[in-house]
Amino acid sequence: MADRGFHWLMVLCAFSIFGIVILIATELVVRSQMTWKQFGLSFFYRADIDPTTHLPWYWDPVNGHFSALPFIYGTLVTSFVALLLAVPLAIGLSIFLTEMCPRVLRSGLAFLTELLAAIPSVIYGLWAVFVLVPILREHVNPWLTRALGWTGLFGIDNPTGLGYLAAAVVLAIMILPIISSLTREVMTAVPHSQREAVLALGATRWEMIRMGVLRNARIGIVGAVILGLGRALGETMAVQMVIGNTPEIHKSLLANGATMSAVIANEYAEAVTDLHRSALTELGLALFVVTIIVNALARLLVWAVTRGAPTQVH
Amino acid sequence: MNTGEMTFRSRLRGAADHLVTGLAIVATALVILPLVAIFVYLLYKGASSLNFAFFTQMPKPPGELGGGMANAIVGSAVLLGVGSLIGVPIGIGSGIFLAEYGRGTKLANAVRFTADVLNGVPSIVMGIAGYALVVVPLHRFSAFAGGVTLGIMMIPTITRTTEEMLLMVPNAVREAALGLGVPNWRSVLSITLRTASPGVITGCMLAFSRVAGETAPLIFTAFGNNFFSTTLKEPIEALPLQIWVYATGPYEDWHRLAWGGALVLIVLIVTAVSLVRWVTSRGVLKGAS
Amino acid sequence: MGVGIEVTNLNAWYGANHTLQDINLHIPANHATALIGPSGCGKSTFVRCLNRMHETNPIARVTGSVKMGEIDIYADSKAVLVRRRVGMVFQRPNPFPTMSIYDNVASGLKLNGYRNRRVLDETVEQSLKKAALWDEVKDDLKKKSGASLSGGQQQRLCIARALAVDPEVLLMDEPASALDPVSTSKIEDLIFELKSQYTIVIVTHNMQQAARVAEKTGFFLNGRMVEFDSTHKIFTNPSDKRTEDYITGRFG
Repeated sequence: MADRGFHWLMVLCAFSIFGIVILIATELVVRSQMTWKQFGLSFFYRADIDPTTHLPWYWDPVNGHFSALPFIYGTLVTSFVALLLAVPLAIGLSIFLTEMCPRVLRSGLAFLTELLAAIPSVIYGLWAVFVLVPILREHVNPWLTRALGWTGLFGIDNPTGLGYLAAAVVLAIMILPIISSLTREVMTAVPHSQREAVLALGATRWEMIRMGVLRNARIGIVGAVILGLGRALGETMAVQMVIGNTPEIHKSLLANGATMSAVIANEYAEAVTDLHRSALTELGLALFVVTIIVNALARLLVWAVTRGAPTQVH
Repeated sequence: MNTGEMTFRSRLRGAADHLVTGLAIVATALVILPLVAIFVYLLYKGASSLNFAFFTQMPKPPGELGGGMANAIVGSAVLLGVGSLIGVPIGIGSGIFLAEYGRGTKLANAVRFTADVLNGVPSIVMGIAGYALVVVPLHRFSAFAGGVTLGIMMIPTITRTTEEMLLMVPNAVREAALGLGVPNWRSVLSITLRTASPGVITGCMLAFSRVAGETAPLIFTAFGNNFFSTTLKEPIEALPLQIWVYATGPYEDWHRLAWGGALVLIVLIVTAVSLVRWVTSRGVLKGAS
Repeated sequence: MGVGIEVTNLNAWYGANHTLQDINLHIPANHATALIGPSGCGKSTFVRCLNRMHETNPIARVTGSVKMGEIDIYADSKAVLVRRRVGMVFQRPNPFPTMSIYDNVASGLKLNGYRNRRVLDETVEQSLKKAALWDEVKDDLKKKSGASLSGGQQQRLCIARALAVDPEVLLMDEPASALDPVSTSKIEDLIFELKSQYTIVIVTHNMQQAARVAEKTGFFLNGRMVEFDSTHKIFTNPSDKRTEDYITGRFG
């Protein structure tokens, strides 16, 4: 009898996880109904023009204009640029740690990477505001404008050092550890016999890594990258502190922008109207759905290579 | 036949190999150096801001110098306490379910998958959920709301690590208990869980340290408070929240306090992470044989 | 065409473990030489010294000289270059699972820089024929992955892969021990066919196998080479008592 009771208590705990996720999803859907009824799908792409300034009027809570477009744009741009920066470094780091690093150094370096993952977002933001942004402002951005301004991506709209690029750099540092640690996991899962097979053909070490390890682990590495993307999409604090929080769309990476998570952090507590809050909730719902899909995809890919639940909690 | 000399192609392949080795080392340096730089900078800026007042006083009104973050530190402790009351039992319970009762079942896979989903929810969205579930019904921002939100966020980590640690307990231990006629629930709690307890506690510590640094879910649940809170029904301050407000504020003195708070937070987190690594690397299950 | 291998004073270590002690022997070109001995006697380590694979382990160490033809593979050459002249087949088949059968066989060639479609096609076909696998896979060359074949076929695929780069020496470390009897006999037939074109060194714990395929046999015990002679002599009238004890089954 006590046994049964205990058993059901444990089952209840497990089921509560289902309950919690369902509750979250329900609340998000219910509380975004207002904007959904008013705008429908156009919430995600509308671009009303302000009759007086002839500029897009994306986000004006006071006058009831709500479009997710600048936030979607900001989220995507910062996330993808972050991936562009982080993925080569993460893979390079993983290759070094798994195949090249002297054993003595390995656990120390791995531990340092783990520490990188443990730093809270707000502290990254703090460091970014007072260290990274000035560096970008004084040294990097002017150079980028001079050298690569012709691409149109580095126009000098904005001399503050804040903007898409600053956010992307912080994001890159933040997602790097998780991409790297998962990549290392899948690389280590490749059997030693594969490495030997390539070596026996007279391959150099890089050729062995390329043909014997990376090739076999590539599905898992894609999974690791996608997981990094998932993290980047949802990151809030550090991004909010350096992106400039301007609900506009600009081609230049040096311009101020906004992301979905950052605007929720900024405006939710003091939302002007119910419609405003509903719009923010709908942004939250979109984030919720997208990150679930992305994370599920990533886990599937990693599982396919490591054949079972990943051994680490990320 | 090949006489062992280096042909042009061999040289090229060798050069490519060296190039890649160099690139990998550069990548590693590019990753490790900023990390070290961040820590050193934090230490330097933070240490100079820490004094006795920091740990004992509340913030002074803007413009006045001095004051501290005592209320934020206490607030974080309260929030983590409330969170643990929710997160730890449910997390451990789910972990026990996965390891002892549902092992290998489809239901267990579904639970694990759902816990993963919960883990991946952006923390700001968790804040919206906390707002909807607690703040709205109670008509106020509160420590309770913040605590509940943080507690929910702890569940996936604790579930996962509890399951892992329980799975490491050898079946021989369970069988020995059953053989002695101990009822199953007793065996799970007093014997299996007890054996795995260093690891389980470590898992809880890990969840703690992760959640301790979270700001986003607290912005519109706990909301923040410049004073010490006296009940759970009031808004409450938290260390990361305070850091955020001060870092983005206009006053030099606020920035100084932000660095101090950041140092305190990072020391706590690094200690927790290092402890976790130390415990798991030494072999957690000393009791089992 | 194969080369002869002259081994002089070869010693090998795994950390502090002195795995091979003062090995001296001459492996004749274009013949099959078998190496027998109980588990742990060092025969696998010896063979891995012949293509400098032993040293891929960070705690491994080798001294002595191994000459293939005119060149000492340790003193006069680099490890990567040695391995391009020496092919190896491992105990458990290890084809590349993400590559097709064609790509598996061509992998060594591609590493060596061969891009010409026609050359690759011809070499792949020839290698698969030499490995007695061509008829079974010729319709699925690019469609099936290397890992989708049976164990015996996978091992022949690995042999084809090793042969594709035209090595002078082919090393086989218990190539049939993980296979069923039918596959085993196919591989033994293979070795018989190939040995006139390559120098083959085969490690085996199966004495009958050694007797079937090899002209010369070496008996290893505890890291030393006890006796090295024609197969016939080893198995009918060995000079050393330890050899006699081993082949009559008194130990090992």
